[in-house]
Amino acid sequence: MAKRIGMEVSIAASEAVKLADVDLIAAYPITPQTHIVEHLAEVVADGELDAAFVPVESEHSAMSCCIGSSAAGARTFTASSSQGLALMHEMLFIAPAMRLPIVMVVANRALSGPISIWNDHSDIMAEQDIAWIQTFAENGQEVFDLVLHAFRVAEDSKVLLPMIVNMDGFTLSHVIEPIEILDKAEVDKYLPPYKPKVRLDPRKPVSMGLVGVPEIYTEAKKATNEALINSKKVVVKAWKEFGDLFGRYYNPVESYKTEGAEVILITMGSISETAMTAIDKMREKGLPVGLVRFRLWKPFPATEFKKAIAGAQTLAVVDRALSPGGACGPVAEEIKAALYAERGRPKVFNFIAGLGGRDVTVENFEEIVSRAFTYAKKRPKQLYEMIGVREI
Amino acid sequence: MIKEFENFKGFSAKKLPLAEPIASGHRACQGCGEVLALRLAMKAIGMNSIVVSATGCMEIITSTFPHTAWNVPWIHVAFENAAAVASGVEAALKVLMRKGKIPQKHIDVVAIGGDGATADIGLQALSGAMERGHDFVYICLDNEAYMNTGVQRSSSTPYGAMTTTSPPGKKSFGQATKKKNVPAIAVAHNIPYVATASPAYFLDLMNKAKKAALVKGPAYLHIYSSCPTGWRHGGDLAIEISKLAVETNVFPLYEVIEGNYIINRKITKPKPVAEYLKKQGRFRHLTDDIIAEIQRQVDEEYDKLLKLAGETA
Amino acid sequence: MAKIDAIMGWKELDLGCVIRQPGSSRAFKTGDWRSQRPVVDRDKCIKCGLCWVYCPDLSMVPAEEGYYKVNLDYCKGCGICAKECPKDAITMVLEED
Repeated sequence: MAKRIGMEVSIAASEAVKLADVDLIAAYPITPQTHIVEHLAEVVADGELDAAFVPVESEHSAMSCCIGSSAAGARTFTASSSQGLALMHEMLFIAPAMRLPIVMVVANRALSGPISIWNDHSDIMAEQDIAWIQTFAENGQEVFDLVLHAFRVAEDSKVLLPMIVNMDGFTLSHVIEPIEILDKAEVDKYLPPYKPKVRLDPRKPVSMGLVGVPEIYTEAKKATNEALINSKKVVVKAWKEFGDLFGRYYNPVESYKTEGAEVILITMGSISETAMTAIDKMREKGLPVGLVRFRLWKPFPATEFKKAIAGAQTLAVVDRALSPGGACGPVAEEIKAALYAERGRPKVFNFIAGLGGRDVTVENFEEIVSRAFTYAKKRPKQLYEMIGVREI
Repeated sequence: MIKEFENFKGFSAKKLPLAEPIASGHRACQGCGEVLALRLAMKAIGMNSIVVSATGCMEIITSTFPHTAWNVPWIHVAFENAAAVASGVEAALKVLMRKGKIPQKHIDVVAIGGDGATADIGLQALSGAMERGHDFVYICLDNEAYMNTGVQRSSSTPYGAMTTTSPPGKKSFGQATKKKNVPAIAVAHNIPYVATASPAYFLDLMNKAKKAALVKGPAYLHIYSSCPTGWRHGGDLAIEISKLAVETNVFPLYEVIEGNYIINRKITKPKPVAEYLKKQGRFRHLTDDIIAEIQRQVDEEYDKLLKLAGETA
Repeated sequence: MAKIDAIMGWKELDLGCVIRQPGSSRAFKTGDWRSQRPVVDRDKCIKCGLCWVYCPDLSMVPAEEGYYKVNLDYCKGCGICAKECPKDAITMVLEED
C-alpha cells in the first residue's frame, strides 16, 4: 500500500523514476537538479534499481546519450536545469523528431547572466518550440505523480514523444513535504512496460535521422506537431486513470474560486499555492477574483483555458520569465494569441515576477490584482510591467 | 595480450567477407576515399552492428530521405555527439540484455565521424565516452578538413594545406598550424585499442577494424580518407595518394594495444614528402622552404613514433 | 517497396521519419554521373579482386568463374579500378552522348 512520508521533493521525483523501473539514466550535475540524480545513482549502486547510470561529461551528451538509449529501446530518464537545459537545446528538438519517449525533470532555474542558481522559468521558456509535452508541478506530490504520468503518456503508442515535468528549483526541489509514495504493484497497474515500435536492432535494421530534404521537411514537422497536439487526449486520459486508481485527479488547467470572478490571476508552478492564499484573502475582503493555473503547458490547452476563464473581464497573467524586447512575457503571449480571435475576449495584463529567486508574496499578488482592476478602467501605457523591481 | 584477439587470425585477400553493410546508390563524390575506407571498415565489422553517425559527408551521402544506404541499423543525431549517442546505445543494449528484454547476443556499436566531428566539435563527447569505458568502436574518417561544408580548415588539416578558411595569400602560406594528434589523445585515455589505418592497405585496415570491434571497451580507429574534391586530385588517385602518405611517413600505420605502440609498416627509406604533396592541388602553392619545413615536421613526428614503439630508424 | 522520391504526405511518413528498408539507396542510380566507364579485359584479368576491394561505389561485383564485372547502374566512373589493376586489365572508355 502507498505510504505518506516526509520527503525531499527531489527524492520523491527519483523514487518515481525508480518505481517506473527505468533502464537508463544519463545525467550531468547542475544545481538545483543534483539531488534527483544523486539519489538515482544511489539506488542503482545499491541494486534497488537495475539500470545503467551514465555519468556523462555534459548536458549536451546527457541528451545525446538519452537519444541513443531510447532509440535502442530503453526506458530513459534525465534531469537538468538552466544552463544545462540550454546546453541541451540543440538535442531537445531531435528527440521528438525521432519520436523518442524520453522523460526529463527540469528543476526550473534562471538563465545566466548574471549567473543565478535560483528559481524562475527563464530556462524552460527559452525552449518553447522543442515539441516536448510539458507539465508544471505545484507541489511535491504532483512532482511524484507527474513523473509517473510522464512515462505513461510519453510511451503511449499514440503519442511517442518526450516529456518534461517542470518543478521549481529550490522552492520545490529542495523542500521536504509529506508525499504519498505508491508501491511497485500500484505503479505497475498504471504503467505498463515500454514496448518500442521502432528500435535499433541488427535483426531488423532501420535508419533513423536521415537528411530532411526540402520535399519532406515540412511534412516531417507537421507530423511531429500533429502528434504533439493530439497527445493532449492521452495526457487527459492518463490523468483520469491515475485519479481513478489513486484518488488524485489532475487537469490541464485548474481553476480556483473563478465563479463570479471579474479578475482572474493566471499562474504556473509552485507560486500557484501562494496565489491561492492571496485569492482567499482578497475574496474575504469581497474582491471578485479567482485563479487559473496551467498544469499542462505544451501542447497549449487552449480549449480548457478558454473554458476556465469564461466570464472574466480581466486576466492578470504572471510570467516568471522575461521575453526581452518583446511585447510581453511568454505565458501572456501564448494566452493573448489564443484569445485574439475570440468574441468578447477579456483584457489581458501581464506582470513579470519572481525572477532569479525573487519571492512572489501574497502582497505581490494583491498588488497585481489591484493594478489589473485599475488597468481594466484605464489602459496602461506599458505593454507589461515587472513586479518588485526597484525603479531607482 | 588482448584475450579477444587470440582467435582472430586476420582476413586474407582470397577470402574477404562478402557482406556489405553499406549499399550502392550512396551519393559520395566520384572517387571518394572516405566512403571506401568506411565500406572496408564496415565489411570487417560486419552485419551484427549498430552504427551511429556524426553529421558530415558520410551521413549525408548515405541518408538522403527516403533512401538509406545502410544495411545495418543506423542513427544520425547531430554533428558533435556521435560518441555520446553511441554511449547511450551501448549502455542501453547492455542493460536491456541484462534485464532479458532483448536477446543476449553481443552487438558491435560503431560511432563514425569525420575529422571535424572528431578532432574539433566532438572531441569532448569522444573523450567522455572513452573515459567511461563504453564497449564501442569510434572511427575517425580523416579527410583533413570540413569537406561537407566546402573545405574549411579543421584542427586536423595539415601544415601548409590550402582550405577555404586557410587560404594562401601575400601573408599566408595556408594552414599555419600542425595537425592535431587525435590517436595520441585516445591513447591518453588508457583505452585498450588505438590504431591508424589506410584504405590503400586494406587488409591492415580491415584487421584493425575487426580488432577494434573484438576488443572489450573503447577502441579508436583513425583512418586516412583521401578527398579528391577537397584535396584537388584526380578521381582515380585515392589509393595512390593513400599509399604515398604511408610511404612518405606523412601518415604512419600503427597500433597501440594497451598502451604499447607497434608500427605495422615500418618505412626505412621514406620517399620525400614532396612526392606526396605535388599530387594534390591543396599543396600546389607551397614554396621549397615550406616543403622543407613539412619534411622536417614529418621526420620529427616519425622519430617520436619510433621512440614510442621502442624502435630505431 | 522503397519510395523513389521524397514526395510524400505527412500522414504517409513512418514514425519519426524512420526508414525500414535497409539499403534502399539502391533505388538511386548514380551511374548517370559517369563520363567514362571501365571495361574489363578478361584475357588480362587474374581475378585478384582488387577492383572489387577498391571500388567506393560497390560497382565492381563478383561474377561467374571468379571474374568481376561492372555494375553500370552505380559506377560513377572514377577510374580507381583501372588505376589500381595490377595487370592493366581495366581501361576507362569515354561515354558517348
